[in-house]
Amino acid sequence: MRSKGIRAPWTLKLAALAGLAFLHVPMAAIILYAFTTETKSYQFPPPGLTLHWFAVAWERQDIWDALALSARVGTVATAIALVLGTLAAAAMQRSRFFGRETVTLLIILPIALPGIVTGIALRAAINLIDLPFSFWTIVIGHATFCVVVVYNNVLARLRRTSGSLIEASMDLGADGVQTFRYVVLPNIATALLAGGMLAFALSFDEVIVTTFTAGQQTTLPIWMLTELVRPRQRPVTNVVAVFVIAVTFVPILVAYYLTRGTETVSGSGK
Amino acid sequence: MTAASPATGSGVAGLRRGISTLLYRHSTLFLLLLLAPPLTWLGIVYLGSLLALLLQSFFYIDEFTGQVVREFSLRTYVELLTGAANLDIILRTVTMAATVTVAAAAIGFPIAYYMARYATGRTKALFYLGVMLPLWSSYLVRVYAWKLLLAREGVISWAFDKAYLGWFLDAVLALPVIGGSSLSVSYIGMFLVFTYIWLPFMILPIQAALERVPPSLIEASGDLGARPNETFRRVILPLALPGVVAGSIFTFSLTLGDYIIPYVIGTSRFFIGQAVYIHQGTAGNVPLAAAFSVVPIVIIGIYLAIARRLGAFDAL
Repeated sequence: MRSKGIRAPWTLKLAALAGLAFLHVPMAAIILYAFTTETKSYQFPPPGLTLHWFAVAWERQDIWDALALSARVGTVATAIALVLGTLAAAAMQRSRFFGRETVTLLIILPIALPGIVTGIALRAAINLIDLPFSFWTIVIGHATFCVVVVYNNVLARLRRTSGSLIEASMDLGADGVQTFRYVVLPNIATALLAGGMLAFALSFDEVIVTTFTAGQQTTLPIWMLTELVRPRQRPVTNVVAVFVIAVTFVPILVAYYLTRGTETVSGSGK
Repeated sequence: MTAASPATGSGVAGLRRGISTLLYRHSTLFLLLLLAPPLTWLGIVYLGSLLALLLQSFFYIDEFTGQVVREFSLRTYVELLTGAANLDIILRTVTMAATVTVAAAAIGFPIAYYMARYATGRTKALFYLGVMLPLWSSYLVRVYAWKLLLAREGVISWAFDKAYLGWFLDAVLALPVIGGSSLSVSYIGMFLVFTYIWLPFMILPIQAALERVPPSLIEASGDLGARPNETFRRVILPLALPGVVAGSIFTFSLTLGDYIIPYVIGTSRFFIGQAVYIHQGTAGNVPLAAAFSVVPIVIIGIYLAIARRLGAFDAL
């Protein structure tokens, strides 16, 4: 509903900018605090600035272990979500069928319901079938709520891709595998990459469901939660927080640039 | 693929072609094949877990042995709904969720409106990224950032002092119920953090709904003699409402189920999420935890039913 040539009222502009500032000032604070020399409290302004805590954090084996576990869980969960999400998106794009809305609901439900419900539900199931906690119990939980991210990205792309492309390919003699490889895949590749990156960011950061499915294992968010509640070395936590911001910003920015302006995918003329 | 071409060729290629033809002709079969893996996963892992949860909520704890008795009983629900403390927890959580939703809509609407109607090119991209980055970046880190801001010696107190408004902050903190010894252990602080964390979930659906309002409709309204704020109230706002409702589903549901924020920021009084966590963990009362978590499911179920009536699902 673009209004061309009309200037926004200054009150609206101010409200919008203030809202945006509200979303970003806390991030700036965290970055500043990673350099503080104060160790006992959250004193502002910081009495001095130092790079010391980056070196301390680097030496900490527990942080590296937590990071490795998070990275492994994120990778596997994303892989599962990519397959399941793409299949679901392909099915939902193709046809109208009985129970379609129910299927949509089922896919959305893991993020529509609060994390605590998903968490305690998985815990109840693990408890009921006496499954020991392991790497895989974390992955199962993460993959479940990552599916919807991939699904949304791929579905949005498929809706913009004309179905006639696929029919043309098959008319010209390509079989299903070839059509997928040479027509469908190039069209959805960036959507897959974007969805995958967002799914990874989601998994890398997830804490609520993980607390119920991890048992004694420590992912990076669980490590942070422990530090938040019982701080041992506050500045080290600040450094890890900055690191996490950096790690999650990259996939988000990449995903944004990948899906930007895809309304005009070549040949999609819809 | 209109002609009925029988499987031609030989070997693997022929087989592949045959399968492709088969799948194209029998689109229902193809649909089932596509849907089978995701539905099996979500059906078994997710619905199965939800059923397990429901099942557990009908078990109960034997008062003498402290063991979970695996028999059907409504005892746990009776315990949940007759305990004054439990009802307090539910009421407190719902009130917080509703307040946060209203605040997020109030802060989010101008941003979404500006993005959809006025921002172009670079500004628009900047706003879009500005909303997306916090949405996807680390939840825990953002909660932690507020711990720094809200602390007694932190940024907010410092800013109030510098502006000679420290007395005002003290007066607000002295208020009963919502106040506390410092912002980081008060309902005000918790409310700020909740609003901050879930705000992007409110902005994006509103923006999506506003983007879909055809400019011709606004022009028509003006041509027919409506003043700008009449157009806003009677044309734009009703069309944006599904977006607001869609956003409120997220803010409401996410606040209902969160236990990290009340755990890290806030008072010692429990919210639903914490009650669930404590009962399943240290207290070892999984049935009560399960029954507790059925509460947000029911509330959100009702909420979703209303939202659907208002057409919110089209704006997701």
